[in-house]
Amino acid sequence: MLTFKRLLMLCLLFPLGAAADNPAVHELTLKNGLKVIVKEDHRSPVVVSQVWYKVGSSYEHDGITGLSHALEHMMFKGTPKHGPNEFSRIIAENGGRENAFTSRDYTAYFQQLEKNRLKVSFELEADRMRNLTLSPKEFAKEIQVVMEERRMRTDDDPESLTDEQFNAVAFLNSAYRIPVIGWMDDLKSMRVDDLRKWYETWYAPNNATLVVVGDVRPQHVFEMAKKYFGPLKPSTIPEVKPRQEIPQTGIRRITVKAPAELPYIVMGYKVPVLHTAKIEWEPYALEVLSGILDGGDSARLPKDLIRGSQVAAQTSAGYSLDARNDYLLELDGTPAQGHDIGELEKALREQVQKLRDDLVNEDELKRVKAQVVASDVYQRDSVFYQAMQIGSLESVGLGWQVGDQYVDKVKAVTAEQVRDVARKYLIDDHLTVAVLDPLPISDEEKMRRSQHSGGDNVR
Amino acid sequence: MYANHPNKKSMQPIRLILSACFAMLGLIASGTATANPKIQHWTTANGARIYFVPSPELPIVDIRVVFDAGSARDGTHSGLARLTNSLLNQGASKFDADQIAERLDGIGAKLDTSSYRDMAIVSLRSLTEPSLLDPALDIMTLVVSQPSFPEAAFKLEQKRTLIAVRGEKESPSAIAEKAFFAAIYGKHPYATPSLGTEESVAALTRQDVADFHQRYYVGHNAVVAIVGAIDRTAAEKIAEKVVGKLPAGETAAALPPVQSLAAAKVEHIPYPSAQTHILVGQPGISRDDSDYFPLVLGNHVLGGSGLVSRMADEVREKRGLAYSAYSYFAPMHVAGPFTAGLQTRNEKAEAALKVLQDTLRDFIAKGPTAAELSAAKKNITGGFALNLDSNAKIVDNLASIGFYKLPLDYLDTYNQHIEAVTADQIRAAFQRRVHPQDMVTVMVGGETAATAAKP
Repeated sequence: MLTFKRLLMLCLLFPLGAAADNPAVHELTLKNGLKVIVKEDHRSPVVVSQVWYKVGSSYEHDGITGLSHALEHMMFKGTPKHGPNEFSRIIAENGGRENAFTSRDYTAYFQQLEKNRLKVSFELEADRMRNLTLSPKEFAKEIQVVMEERRMRTDDDPESLTDEQFNAVAFLNSAYRIPVIGWMDDLKSMRVDDLRKWYETWYAPNNATLVVVGDVRPQHVFEMAKKYFGPLKPSTIPEVKPRQEIPQTGIRRITVKAPAELPYIVMGYKVPVLHTAKIEWEPYALEVLSGILDGGDSARLPKDLIRGSQVAAQTSAGYSLDARNDYLLELDGTPAQGHDIGELEKALREQVQKLRDDLVNEDELKRVKAQVVASDVYQRDSVFYQAMQIGSLESVGLGWQVGDQYVDKVKAVTAEQVRDVARKYLIDDHLTVAVLDPLPISDEEKMRRSQHSGGDNVR
Repeated sequence: MYANHPNKKSMQPIRLILSACFAMLGLIASGTATANPKIQHWTTANGARIYFVPSPELPIVDIRVVFDAGSARDGTHSGLARLTNSLLNQGASKFDADQIAERLDGIGAKLDTSSYRDMAIVSLRSLTEPSLLDPALDIMTLVVSQPSFPEAAFKLEQKRTLIAVRGEKESPSAIAEKAFFAAIYGKHPYATPSLGTEESVAALTRQDVADFHQRYYVGHNAVVAIVGAIDRTAAEKIAEKVVGKLPAGETAAALPPVQSLAAAKVEHIPYPSAQTHILVGQPGISRDDSDYFPLVLGNHVLGGSGLVSRMADEVREKRGLAYSAYSYFAPMHVAGPFTAGLQTRNEKAEAALKVLQDTLRDFIAKGPTAAELSAAKKNITGGFALNLDSNAKIVDNLASIGFYKLPLDYLDTYNQHIEAVTADQIRAAFQRRVHPQDMVTVMVGGETAATAAKP
């Protein structure tokens, strides 16, 4: 469990990147508004195709939460031309792998195939972009699957449950308060007509990006895209309201009680992202700041809190500069045996204070930048990742070119800039804290804890 | 994989669980005759087996050193193999953990340690630029061959392991897996969790760790996979440097065979969760099992191919009972488990279990249809290139081929093996090897929501 989390945080740290010798990216916008982006990678005879829609939970509002994700599930349930699950069967028979994911800012569908099968994916994706059946019978079953997914990922995972409520408290009017999977009560009252309305509103070629990376020729891909996606009708896409979070004017704090073994804390400071930043370098400085805290085993959190004071059994920091709206710089952790959550919070906030007080030293800065430069090359080992980067940057309105500038922008960050963003944004009035307070799991454990009440440092 | 957003839970990939199972299966599929990587193989003077594939396009090199030093070698010290592995980079030669980390991070190199029941792994990814690669190799060499196991680092990792063991108690799926392995493996070394138990980890000493390293991290017990933009001469130098100076030592003894189960066993573990996690299974197959291809291909139809498999179709697509329902063989040194599983809301646990059992029994009785078999073959062979489309995947495959002593043409012939399997062979193999009447069933969950005090 700990390892898994660690890996994820490493991914979070350097979400973008591309170097000067990166293969060229080619783009074409079809007459119906579909943007097609192709990147060549001829190392293997494979291709990945991804269709990205600009819709996700941050487009939702109270009462209809989880719609984008539920619709993603229903996208596999057929069109007049292909019955339920046919999509998956056809891709499988063609040796392909496929899946989909929903995020706050986008919903994406992908297929990985041998390079000559790309047209199979285009034919099927074009079909379900405009012709989804949305049968009530299929929906009745699939919404149960979504609820099972929620129980598994969130309700029965105490840290995940804490994170969900943390977000809902950190944001008051920003749609980032909404969990991607949706509140259980909204899932229970969701109707297939809600999905139909959502589908008709957002699923159109002029609200989508088609990204293809692999052993292909751009001109050939463009021709195929015209053939399969070209005939689709565009829609009038509604204006997306900004819903910019109101200024936070004081620390917020919640406790979540749930059956658990270990306490857990998550803290977040409101920060700008590339899309919202008024000062262009600030998100890159926050990116470096996050790397100073948690970029590799030599970073401050593992060095000072896990190996040094040993107050944390696990701790991490994360920031993503490619959100659509202001987001959070987060720190989280689990206290080590013999330490309580209060001590861990104090230690984490001291780390933040240090960033405000002192300049980070040059060696630390160099290490963060060396990792960014190397990761940029490592990421090109994955065809899938290259497509992910292009698709996500396009979908949040930044444009794929931002990826190519990433390394240079990070390399230009100074120690002073890191201190400046710490002083400006990492302040108590912008802080939200959530603590998981474990409830006993078993009868035996309940007994043990009541015998040790007072002396127990678990809480 | 999809965590490119600040909140790690913000993405909802619909089949994450299944793809994790796929990775665990370690399936190496083959297909068309296009450009399989040509594997170069040699042995160092001290007995380490080296597997190399040049990959010139990106200025990267991946090195994976695998020792036969997983938790199957724990003996009576459950958790020892993993603790040893996790301590390798926490002090080596004259460097402490901070210095090792600073040196690696400063050149953008990634060094990881990990261990499972069979394997203990040290892996490195570095850029090929000599001013970066050379110091990275220096550190890797020390970590593999001269770990110092400082007492303070030992105590720290021991404490963190104890927290991790406790952390598993708040995960119904981890509780289920632990009980499942204990029940199907009894006294076999695969029975105990790699992490160890609170009692066993607390009892470990620094000396246990040092002894374990001395015994198992030796030339004859090592396999090295190398993939990257280097030539054979450079690869030989790397192998010689990283493992060439290890004592030759001895190959680890063969693991004892796994006993078949004599009777069905059902274990219900109450847990205050919204869902009940269900695992059903028995000892399965070893990596060199003569029924490998019929069983693995058959399982692809039964529960190994995501949402198009029978298990997912019956449990999820037709009835909406679970987010993930699957089955898989995990071939290991000796019989790894055959597992079928799902997780469902508590009130549906019995109904979902019955669907799982019926699906399994029906498949064993009748085998796959001609259409299912054909579709499975097309999926595996037609997607062959996807298993080898990155250096990361190639090094993964190389390490498996080396560790389990599979033939060097394994990738070239896999496709033929798959194509040759008939429906009759699958049915016969399942009937001979898979026995629902004697399986272990573990169910974790079922305590009411009121007890759980759900918000």
